[in-house]
Amino acid sequence: MASSNLMKPQMRGLLAWHLQYHIVGIFVESLGVAALYKFAVAEPRKKAYADFYRNYDSVKDFEEMREAGIFQSAK
Amino acid sequence: MLSRAAWSVVLRRGGLGTRGKHSLEDSALSERKMPPYTNYHAQRSYPMPDEPFCTELNAEQRALKEKEKGSWTQLSHAEKVALYRLQFHETFAEMNRRSNEWKTVMGCVFFFFGFTGLLIWWQRVYMFPEKPITLTDEWRAKQLQRILDMKANPVQGLASRWDYEKKQWKK
Repeated sequence: MASSNLMKPQMRGLLAWHLQYHIVGIFVESLGVAALYKFAVAEPRKKAYADFYRNYDSVKDFEEMREAGIFQSAK
Repeated sequence: MLSRAAWSVVLRRGGLGTRGKHSLEDSALSERKMPPYTNYHAQRSYPMPDEPFCTELNAEQRALKEKEKGSWTQLSHAEKVALYRLQFHETFAEMNRRSNEWKTVMGCVFFFFGFTGLLIWWQRVYMFPEKPITLTDEWRAKQLQRILDMKANPVQGLASRWDYEKKQWKK
């Protein structure tokens, strides 16, 4: 059989290659996604909460809400 | 609807080939069957069809089939290709070729989206009842003001975007 331009395809070891490729890739990808989440979402959120509560005066907050008239038991 | 007799005639002549059924009147009405309900039709998910592509062979082709029963090393390249073409309708490359069908499909999908939109617009103008009081703009404005007064989600959410000194949304 004369094949003009086609290369002979890979005949053996297809599953092994597939497994190796994907196992490595999955490992890298999961770590990457976890790292991305940590530094893009989790750390900013922790910082936002820390900044909010650092100088938080809950009594003042309560008084503002009471002035706005949302409470039924504290007018 | 067609009567039973007429329907069986249509089946025999039109040749809707059911899998595994031997067509007894093959030699008499040797017509080409209609795609895609044919038994030589292959697709990527069903690559080895039930029947060969050409069942009626002329003398030359029958001689080739006899030669195929011997050693295949005796066959020339052209003969091998001819045998393939007798057995199969299309090569894998031809069978798996791309098409532009997706454009038609997407076009029709979008067309029906638009048509549905027009229908619903008409319904909104002529059929829908009055809005409930809770969906009017005045009520929604008062509702939002109340949510901001309660300081809902003050860290990262809604109330964190409102500037309480200037009474406006933060830039």
